[in-house]
Amino acid sequence: MKDEVTSREDRVANLKGMGCSRKRVEDARFTQGKGNYVDDIKLDGMLFGDFVRSPYAHARIKSIDTAAALEVPGVLAVLTADDLRPLGLHWMPTLAGDKQMVLADGKVLFQGQEVAFVVAEDRYAAADGIELVEVDYEELPVIVDPFEALQSDVVLREDLVAEDGSIPDGAHGPRKHHNHIFTWEAGDKAPTEEVIANAEVVAEESMYYHRTHPCPLETCGCVASMDKVNGKLTLWGTFQAPHAIRTVVSLISGIEEHNIRVISPDIGGGFGNKVGAYPGYVCSVVASIVTGKPVKWIEDRMDNLMTTAFARDYHMTGKISATKDGKITGLHCHVTADHGGFDACADPTKFPAGFMNICTGSYDIPTAFLEVDGVYTNKAPGGVSYRCSFRVTEAVYFIERMIEVLAIKLDMDAAELRRINFIKKEQFPYTAALGWEYDSGDYHTAWDKALKAVDYEGLRAEQAQRVEDFKAGKTRKLMGIGLSFFTEIVGAGPVKNCDILGLGMFDSCEIRIHPTGSAIARLGTISQGQGHATTFAQILASEIGLPADSITIEEGDTDTAPYGLGTYGSRSTPVAGAATAMAGRKIRAKAQMIAAYLLEVHDNDVEFDVDRFVVKGAPEKFKTMKEIAFAAYNQAIPGIEPGLEAVSYYDPPNMTYPFGAYVCVMDIDVDTGVTEIRRFYALDDCGTRINPMIIEGQVHGGLTEALAVALGQEIAYDDMGNVKTGTLMDFFLPTAWEVPNYETDFTVTPSPHHPIGAKGVGESPHVGGVPCFSNAVQDAFRPFGNTHTNMPHDHWRIWRTANELGLHD
Amino acid sequence: MSNKMHIKLNVNGKDEEFLAEPRELLIYTLRERLNITGPHIGCETSHCGACTMTIDGKSVKACTMFVAQASGKSVTTIEGLGGPDDLHPLQSAFKEHHGLQCGYCTPGMITRAAKLLEENPNPSEEEIRFGMAGNICRCTGYQNIVKSIQAAATEMNAAKEAAE
Repeated sequence: MKDEVTSREDRVANLKGMGCSRKRVEDARFTQGKGNYVDDIKLDGMLFGDFVRSPYAHARIKSIDTAAALEVPGVLAVLTADDLRPLGLHWMPTLAGDKQMVLADGKVLFQGQEVAFVVAEDRYAAADGIELVEVDYEELPVIVDPFEALQSDVVLREDLVAEDGSIPDGAHGPRKHHNHIFTWEAGDKAPTEEVIANAEVVAEESMYYHRTHPCPLETCGCVASMDKVNGKLTLWGTFQAPHAIRTVVSLISGIEEHNIRVISPDIGGGFGNKVGAYPGYVCSVVASIVTGKPVKWIEDRMDNLMTTAFARDYHMTGKISATKDGKITGLHCHVTADHGGFDACADPTKFPAGFMNICTGSYDIPTAFLEVDGVYTNKAPGGVSYRCSFRVTEAVYFIERMIEVLAIKLDMDAAELRRINFIKKEQFPYTAALGWEYDSGDYHTAWDKALKAVDYEGLRAEQAQRVEDFKAGKTRKLMGIGLSFFTEIVGAGPVKNCDILGLGMFDSCEIRIHPTGSAIARLGTISQGQGHATTFAQILASEIGLPADSITIEEGDTDTAPYGLGTYGSRSTPVAGAATAMAGRKIRAKAQMIAAYLLEVHDNDVEFDVDRFVVKGAPEKFKTMKEIAFAAYNQAIPGIEPGLEAVSYYDPPNMTYPFGAYVCVMDIDVDTGVTEIRRFYALDDCGTRINPMIIEGQVHGGLTEALAVALGQEIAYDDMGNVKTGTLMDFFLPTAWEVPNYETDFTVTPSPHHPIGAKGVGESPHVGGVPCFSNAVQDAFRPFGNTHTNMPHDHWRIWRTANELGLHD
Repeated sequence: MSNKMHIKLNVNGKDEEFLAEPRELLIYTLRERLNITGPHIGCETSHCGACTMTIDGKSVKACTMFVAQASGKSVTTIEGLGGPDDLHPLQSAFKEHHGLQCGYCTPGMITRAAKLLEENPNPSEEEIRFGMAGNICRCTGYQNIVKSIQAAATEMNAAKEAAE
């Protein structure tokens, strides 16, 4: 075989390995309209299912009459809880240890809850059928406020109260009230309270991190096809964790796991929304079994916003103590978490409030205590860590607001307050007061680089001048400088402490090298736009010396991919990326033996160089990986099996801790509340960078979702539990018109325990972005006595803040 | 239902004729009846633009248009812009400048951008952002979409100049 690429530089370029901005291999099909999303799947005789949904947030169901619906031409079946009960499928387990109704069983607990499933020949017939299902409701008192829920006599979850009125323990221990789900604690309560009680300075603040929604552009959906001849169920869907879905389907349906094939095709964005298991999946499977035909279920946008996994809804109260020169001594955080009608949060089982216990942030805080109370209300269930790793967004928002509030209390510059409290480079690995061990970091370098890049001192001088001009009546625009420094905690995670439904959160990669020197690698993850097919091939190219263009990456088919826990919480690079590198190293180890045999030297006398093994000290003697691959299939090599394959199941020893420093410069029109982002600088340190182009794209996207959450996006309810933001008319998604250009920057602090030093980045910009945008708004009002206002900072709320501060006189 | 209407469409250069209920939406016709699956459904309220196509020379969101309203008209979707052997410059530019991630909004984005560049071959960044404000992307933050459209405009103008 002729090796045309000769110079080492050309060989490296030809490889397109780690560090290069390789163009995405996914894009050909997407740019030509040839993606294969779940709604593009068509099967012979396929039916369509849709839900009758509750108009009430809390009501008893007296009766359901499906007769008229069944008369509609094209309607084949209408399923209710009564139909699912004999199968034991009218309720299903949630990822958080609770159980959830699949179809309303006697009552409904939130507006939009699934009451009946109409199966018809097409969407129009299903819609006609839905109109004719008659449900007789008896309205019950509605509770949308979690604090009221904890005081109320109204029992939301009668199934969780014993007949004698006592309250059995929940999945996470004792419950204080019939509407209470759990109390979760981390840290040391008494020492923290003592430190705060005796501190020189204490700042306190309460903040509400509003309910929002990941709202990927493609809604959730699935196609279920039960083949009664071979007994095999195939389920296509928008699943961020296909293997976990297969296990769940097997556990609740009784169909053996090897008879279930779950396929995630192309997915139109996930952001956490597509982690959980929804009633639509279960009903589609049942309907396919009942009708003997494939059944498709696709949410519409209103279904998506009203009923599938929301995010946040945390009421947080904090106390932070410090010496008078700004050294933080303690942190206390209490959260009242509104989980809606069922606790269906997608958090690792042992962490009912996710990784909220990274709320000490990037700071060396010696003493801390966190307490979270989960509460039931009449809202939709399914809380997810929207574009963050298990509640890290909430944690970072909390600490970054507390830092600002403390800076005001100390009358100190917030950038300086951060600097003097950062965990120092030499303190890593650093064990935080709330238990996690941060792997590596260099916060001071990142912070100094960021402040220098934006000319922080110049900005503050300009801002002071603007305040003078405002007071002198020369301008009606204030200027805010938003700062945030964050540490993410990603790569869930070590099997010893991270699992979902008892499944340890390892991940996997299986590699097959073909005789001609091309390869296929299959992983337990599934891309939702992150470019896995591009970047995982780059990791492998660097590890095994075959060009990335010769490597196919395949994910999302449980019949072919090795078991893995999927893609969410920025775990793909930290966990599956590590599995890829480790499987690649197994290939390389075998290749080394083959090369040594072919070169007639000892194994230790050859060394790997880009795309070949070279005899040490004799660079002209080598075998390329392509030659080695062929030899693995065509030569009998003593003591070595034919073929070149490897698999790795990687259980990470620790999480990874990417971090970043963000600065936002914002102008605010005091009279209209309109915000204008003049500048946004984002420095991210995600360890080793695999594809800088993709990293930059992830940062742009994450920041834009952060902008949406901070500046306008909210799932809002009225007192009757009606969702006020059920369409994109009311739920703010930014367009190109509202979004600024971002400046991206980086430092590189590799993870010491990750095989290639990579930490993951997809969610960092969201985690760091939300407090940065919010701090910019609040900083603009700081000179006028503002300490804290709640998000989302839409124009009306900003106008109201200006009004309350007396700026409209 | 029996009140079907006789519909004629020209889709990506091909004449189509069939009977459809008056309430049938154009996006449904294309996706379910004609297997044109490039345009996607994202919101069903004409906010997101994932279903954007060109109808008789205008950008239209097909998720709220009845097929009956489109009868007799000419429809161009992403499938009609360019294929593997003759990519539209926007299709190449989106790949070159990382103008997409999950790809769900991309067919609508590119179809809209093609119309925008037809109407304004030299748009400023502000004009691109305003002209694309009917199309939502949840992944890219738009920066690289703007860059892709700028690059395609430059390339298309250069090609036009060379041809003249």
